[in-house]
Amino acid sequence: MFDTALTAADFVFLAKGAGVTIIVTLISVLAGTILGILFGVFRYQVGAIWAAPLTFVLDIFRSIPLLIQLVLANAFIGTILQIRISGFTVACIVLSMYTAAFCSEIVRGGIEAVPATTRRAARSLGMTWGQDMREIVLPLATRVALPSWIGLALGVMKDSALVYVVQVTELLKSTQILITRLQEPLLLLLICGAFYFVISFPLARFGGYLEKRWSND
Amino acid sequence: MIEIENVRKSFGSLEVLKGIDLTVQKGEVVTIIGGSGSGKSTLLTCINGLEPIDSGRILVDGTEVHAKGTDLNKLRRKIGIVFQQFNAFPHLTVLENVTLAQRKVLKRSRAEAEAEAVKQLNHVGLGDKLKVYPGRLSGGQQQRMAIARALAMSPDYMLFDEVTSALDPQLVGEVLDTLRMLAGEGMTMICVTHEMKFAREVSDRVAFFHKGVMAEIAPPEQLFGNPKDTELQKFLSATH
Repeated sequence: MFDTALTAADFVFLAKGAGVTIIVTLISVLAGTILGILFGVFRYQVGAIWAAPLTFVLDIFRSIPLLIQLVLANAFIGTILQIRISGFTVACIVLSMYTAAFCSEIVRGGIEAVPATTRRAARSLGMTWGQDMREIVLPLATRVALPSWIGLALGVMKDSALVYVVQVTELLKSTQILITRLQEPLLLLLICGAFYFVISFPLARFGGYLEKRWSND
Repeated sequence: MIEIENVRKSFGSLEVLKGIDLTVQKGEVVTIIGGSGSGKSTLLTCINGLEPIDSGRILVDGTEVHAKGTDLNKLRRKIGIVFQQFNAFPHLTVLENVTLAQRKVLKRSRAEAEAEAVKQLNHVGLGDKLKVYPGRLSGGQQQRMAIARALAMSPDYMLFDEVTSALDPQLVGEVLDTLRMLAGEGMTMICVTHEMKFAREVSDRVAFFHKGVMAEIAPPEQLFGNPKDTELQKFLSATH
């Protein structure tokens, strides 16, 4: 049925692109989540007024299209700061901040969802602020925040396609290179989509599994 | 001994405690009655330092609660408090609810904490619910669990803040029975309550709060039988 010029080597080329997508996503989601938790806890703890400067910076990362952020960051770091770093590093930094900006909102919302009375009960038992955060707030806020966080991680994975503008050849860019050479866009995009699905599916299912496990509480 | 000396406390422009003086001896059961907004619940949260006070002082066994150097987390181990809302930790089983603070705060071993938890949960009649999550318990059961959780910390004092107010009427009895049992065992207790019959039965003294002032305090037979304060007279005729 298919008469295609696609070779095994092309598949390996695509798989390498998928590998870059996975690595960029992993680094960005990991760093972005850690930063997002720090920013989120900080913003909750100090209140809206003291957190305003940070909130403003994060709003910038949330509201400017990622493509523009990548191009500007690359120009800023390379041309103005005169620091020579790879496009891959720029991509990871920008995507991490982008993730952190959204994640801090998710974290803040999660913490706010933990009833003040529950936290007061923990403190009244002699638990310290840190113990309350670890034992009560973290698990309860995680349950609230998880669906949004999974959505964010999947979104970042797909948004990572834009890092081609800083010369990182990830999955979609690899696909486009093959399309240019082989002129078989439909088949290649189908394969590319399948790759994305295979990457996303485990994460989505893992989220579903956790939600189900926690629902008995 | 809990000594409350001329304590004042405001929320914004509203002064909710207008100079409260009260001393509670070891082994004594004091109940506080009064209308809503009279400041009685606020006083309890001030006693264990959950709320700051504006002036006056509160001493628990000689330690000033609101003094700068006071280790509140340490002080709170002595003072158990149970709130109107049951405040179960919903992600933990009943057993874990009662062992968590024992292990983290008192540094008891898991085995020690569990043994104490089982003892206290049996005490309040929840010995068969150890592995259940609070969401599956009735309000009365959750409240008894909260009492067991506080008791497991081996406190010297127990504060009860309207612990039956959020319960369906048919569940009030089981919680009050638990409080009666504690009072009978000699626990030092301060109970804010709307249950007049309960207050009359268990208290050594009953205090009537009105608009941030302790308008009258007396043994129950005297306070209920021969109320002197006119506001108290009004309050009692309205609640009977």
